Amino acid sequence: MPGLEDLYREIILDHHRNPRNRGELPPPASHAVGHNPLCGDEIDVYLEVSDGVISDVKVGGQGCSISQSSASMMSQAVKGKPVEEVRALVRRFKGMMSIPDDDGNPIEPDPAVKLGDLEALQGVVKFPVRIKCATLAWNTLLQALDQD
Amino acid sequence: MSTSRLDVTAIKRQFPLLQRELNGAPLVYLDSANTSQKPQVVIDAMTTFMEHSYAPINRSAYQLAAEATDAFEGARTKVRKFINARRDHEVVFTKNATESLNLVAYSWGRAHLRAGDVVVLTQMEHHANIVPWHMLVQEKGIELRWVPLTAEGELDLTTLPQLLDGAKAFSFTAMSNVLGTITPVEQLCRAAHDAGAIAIVDGCQYVPHNVTDVQAWGADLLAFSSHKLCGPSGIGVLWGREALLDEMPPFLGGGNMIADVRFDGFTTAELPAKFEAGTPPITEAVGLGAAIDFLSGLGMANIRQHEIDVAQYAISTLTERFGDDITLHGSRNVEVRGATFSFAFRDIHPHDLSQVLDQRNVCVRAGHHCAKPLMRLLGVNATARASFYLYNDTDDVDVLADALDGATDIFGF
Repeated sequence: MPGLEDLYREIILDHHRNPRNRGELPPPASHAVGHNPLCGDEIDVYLEVSDGVISDVKVGGQGCSISQSSASMMSQAVKGKPVEEVRALVRRFKGMMSIPDDDGNPIEPDPAVKLGDLEALQGVVKFPVRIKCATLAWNTLLQALDQD
Repeated sequence: MSTSRLDVTAIKRQFPLLQRELNGAPLVYLDSANTSQKPQVVIDAMTTFMEHSYAPINRSAYQLAAEATDAFEGARTKVRKFINARRDHEVVFTKNATESLNLVAYSWGRAHLRAGDVVVLTQMEHHANIVPWHMLVQEKGIELRWVPLTAEGELDLTTLPQLLDGAKAFSFTAMSNVLGTITPVEQLCRAAHDAGAIAIVDGCQYVPHNVTDVQAWGADLLAFSSHKLCGPSGIGVLWGREALLDEMPPFLGGGNMIADVRFDGFTTAELPAKFEAGTPPITEAVGLGAAIDFLSGLGMANIRQHEIDVAQYAISTLTERFGDDITLHGSRNVEVRGATFSFAFRDIHPHDLSQVLDQRNVCVRAGHHCAKPLMRLLGVNATARASFYLYNDTDDVDVLADALDGATDIFGF
């Protein structure tokens, strides 16, 4: 069995204890709610997009350390980035989580997309039941982008 | 510490899976409210049946088929005795308790409920006893009313007569899968009947752990599953009063449930075949029968007393060791609760908690337990849940407590 230290890396616990970009954004910011039907976790993602750039992002909801820290790190990673870059980042992140693309093929890592701190979540793939925790915020982000 | 009612060491030895070691340490299985482990006698009964007697039931003339039919119907008789029902044909085999409750809502509900009719539920129902009724709200415009809970997690019955006023059905759990609360089933059945409503009991959590007597309860319908009482998954039970089942229209259509089929229509078979369309879970019924023999041999009253002892030990150990750091949901009175504990621990999310406990081979469930309305009422979106059964003892409580200590080290709260 993989050790818990692979899962609960210090940077993850830090984001869990001190989540970044917590809060809400008023309309007309887009807002999506993501549910993990297995465990009951909920994540709210609020997005403000201007001129094709994510000018502000806030995260709400409740969840475990993995889903909350993933959401927190995601909010830092996407803030101020062009939407196209963000979509590429989502794809890269999902690839790291061993999630196939829409056609069921593995996602090859795009070396142009840098993960930075998000690499700390790599250990999650060793705990398959937690992959949904790590990707919840990212799927919710996509929903919010599609609303915009 | 061992308890006097059951020889848990000897019982544990009869469950092959509980002999398994993971990473060099034994398993501590505390998720029996989810599904229970299987004793060797159940595994053997199913294997022997498949190796020796497996054949179609109720539809072939040869000797082997008669033998299989006898085994299948023998299981029905065992279920009937286990719950003290009057007649074998009041016992209907389904896929699981969820299907049993859906059968009731679909068949009885669609035949008897009109727009504005009232069905009363409690606030601690499992989704299986909520969603089928919500579907009738959408389809027919029935009204749902909810029996509230006290701060201790028991049913608050002060407004029950008003809630039941004019109701057509009262469908309630005999034991909460989240809080462990055991409800006063006999009193609730009487209250339903006083109001002219039928009483539907979700016995999923209760039947595996207690003496069940549908006649003493005065219930009209009872749903429960095999897999929570040491039997296989894939088979559940709906028991109903004969007169009520007789007047209910069929549920699934197909083979076995008909007396006759013509180009212009069909007539239904007698009970219980009327509600058993298609080839049923034959081997699973044999396994369920073996599980009932196993539990009856130990005595349901003994199992209940054992679980009272374990529950008492769990409450005192966890509160003494962790004080305010642990929140045990549900009653502290072991007379009105089973050994199923939902809890919160030091602000550690249940999902993280169960991951950490898993390092010590302690299997607990984390999540909403298919009771999201109750979770909202408790003000949480998930809990961790440790549920004990006849193969658990007070040592398992101690292992759980030690493992909880380990969780603090990682999260440092």
